[in-house]
Amino acid sequence: MRVIVNDMPNGYIPIFIFLALAISFPVVAIVAAKLIRPSAPSLTKLEAYECGIKAASDSRGRYTVRFYIVAILFVIFDVETIFLFPWAVRYRALGWFGVSEIAVFLGILIVGYIWAYKKGALEWV
Amino acid sequence: MNFSQYYTANDHFTIIPAVMLALFGCAILLFDFWIFPDPRQRKWLLIFVVLAEIFTGVGLYRQQAWLAGQSPSMLQGFGGAVTLDGFSVFFNWIFLVAALIVAVMSYQYLEISNEHHGEYYGLILFAQCGMYFLATGTDLVVLFIGLELMALSFYVMVGFLRADKRSNEAALKYLLLGAFSTGFLAYGFSVLYGLAGSTKLQDIGDAIAARPAWDPVVFLALATTSVGLLFKIAAAPFHMWAPDAYEGAPTPVTAYLSVASKAASFAFLLRLFNGPLQSLSAEWEPILAFIAILTLTIGNLAAINQTNIKRLLAYSSVSHAGYMLLGLVANNAMGTNGILVYLMVYTFMNLGAFAVITAMRRQGIIGDELEDMAGLMHKNPGYAMLMLVFLLSLAGIPPTAGFLGKYYIFLALIQSGHYGLAVVATLYVAVAIYYYFKIVRSMFIREETERAPAASSLGLRLALGVTGLLTLVIGIYPEPFLELAKTSLVR
Repeated sequence: MRVIVNDMPNGYIPIFIFLALAISFPVVAIVAAKLIRPSAPSLTKLEAYECGIKAASDSRGRYTVRFYIVAILFVIFDVETIFLFPWAVRYRALGWFGVSEIAVFLGILIVGYIWAYKKGALEWV
Repeated sequence: MNFSQYYTANDHFTIIPAVMLALFGCAILLFDFWIFPDPRQRKWLLIFVVLAEIFTGVGLYRQQAWLAGQSPSMLQGFGGAVTLDGFSVFFNWIFLVAALIVAVMSYQYLEISNEHHGEYYGLILFAQCGMYFLATGTDLVVLFIGLELMALSFYVMVGFLRADKRSNEAALKYLLLGAFSTGFLAYGFSVLYGLAGSTKLQDIGDAIAARPAWDPVVFLALATTSVGLLFKIAAAPFHMWAPDAYEGAPTPVTAYLSVASKAASFAFLLRLFNGPLQSLSAEWEPILAFIAILTLTIGNLAAINQTNIKRLLAYSSVSHAGYMLLGLVANNAMGTNGILVYLMVYTFMNLGAFAVITAMRRQGIIGDELEDMAGLMHKNPGYAMLMLVFLLSLAGIPPTAGFLGKYYIFLALIQSGHYGLAVVATLYVAVAIYYYFKIVRSMFIREETERAPAASSLGLRLALGVTGLLTLVIGIYPEPFLELAKTSLVR
């Protein structure tokens, strides 16, 4: 039987190194600070820090659900541009195939856009 | 560079039905406010769904006819990302029948619920489009997108009764748990990709076969992928969402969810476990055997105490998933054949049972409690007799179709030497008979508590007629249907 560690696909090694670094960075920083700094606890230090101004209210307040719809719509059209950029960069090489593919893609999104518009999702009542 | 090779006529042929579904789905979204804005014109949208299914059916029929003349009868499209074979065509027929029956029985239900919107029909088609890719895809990315397209459509459909608290709660629970399980699945896929350096099931299978037994990385991929998929088929201990989602969803959606979504997830499961994960069968067989028995136990025992019919049928559908998993545990040609036959008969009998419950929904009556069934025999003897047929079939009593499904699963278990599992599974049939007959007792012996007759519409009668007829026909004269399942095997 072979040793299991040697069986790990090599492609994962950078990920594990990255993971180890990511975990050790905050640990080292916190431990080092704890060792070096002088300790003088006070109540003020435990308060939420808001640019130096006294905290006005809890950050988990309620706000209107319409933001949610706008956010969802934003995600859709944001992803759309992400797909459009690589096509635009390789426009000449992709030729008519690229144009037709992007036309299908945009066609589906435009149907969704028209639907959302007609249903009043874009109106801020 | 020439890019026309990326979309050849061959590629197009492998996805025609899905293209049809997507086009008609988009068209319905537009027509809903463009050509048929009047609520009274909604029936045109239903006719559009029927039209979409006819076009899809023609595409499927052409694929089937083409495959019949090929040897080996399969066609790969998009560089192996989708594979057209008897297996995919068989499952797509199931989805088509389910979508069609659900669409026609929804019409009146949504009218009564005051939630009749055109999007509903679009969502049915979009979900079916996702299922198409679950049955046809042989690439992790295609499969994942198919699964999400199906799941997202279902999240919306489950919560379609916006004024109903239960429906909202069901949709939220289903969404949260579904997203959680999808996370597991996506993680499993990422590990599979890391192992093989490819998203094609074929390459992943080769990469896994080359690894040693009990490799922890392979095991991680197997475990996380299985959790994601077992959630979708509502196998214990990942079945928690099913009773709540089934109960809260509009009844036709519950029918669609329990039949088509389950069938599609099983198609995916079979593609994975009979494909790239086949070389690991020694590892997953005992795990799946344990999960199947756990699923049967929880599904059957929890169903006994239910007073809500939709909840009862939800637990019964959990137990049906257990029977089908046993077919996978047997891991032979007979087992896979058994799952296909089981899914086919399950489609008809379960859709039929839910169609009867849909008929219980009347103006001002929700109609999904066991109480609401009381005295149905005196009020609507036709519905009561049909429900009896569906329940007998669900319990697996000959000469109904359900018997055949269980018969093949048990046969596969005995052929592969799993005698203990076969005995336990058979014993649970007795438990199932008890709780199915609670409904029968309510219908036939109890006095009616509600005078109003059950709802009736052309669509509902059509759905009940087709499902009832097929449940009986498959049970009495099964040969052509068994032949269809047999030719659809991929091993």
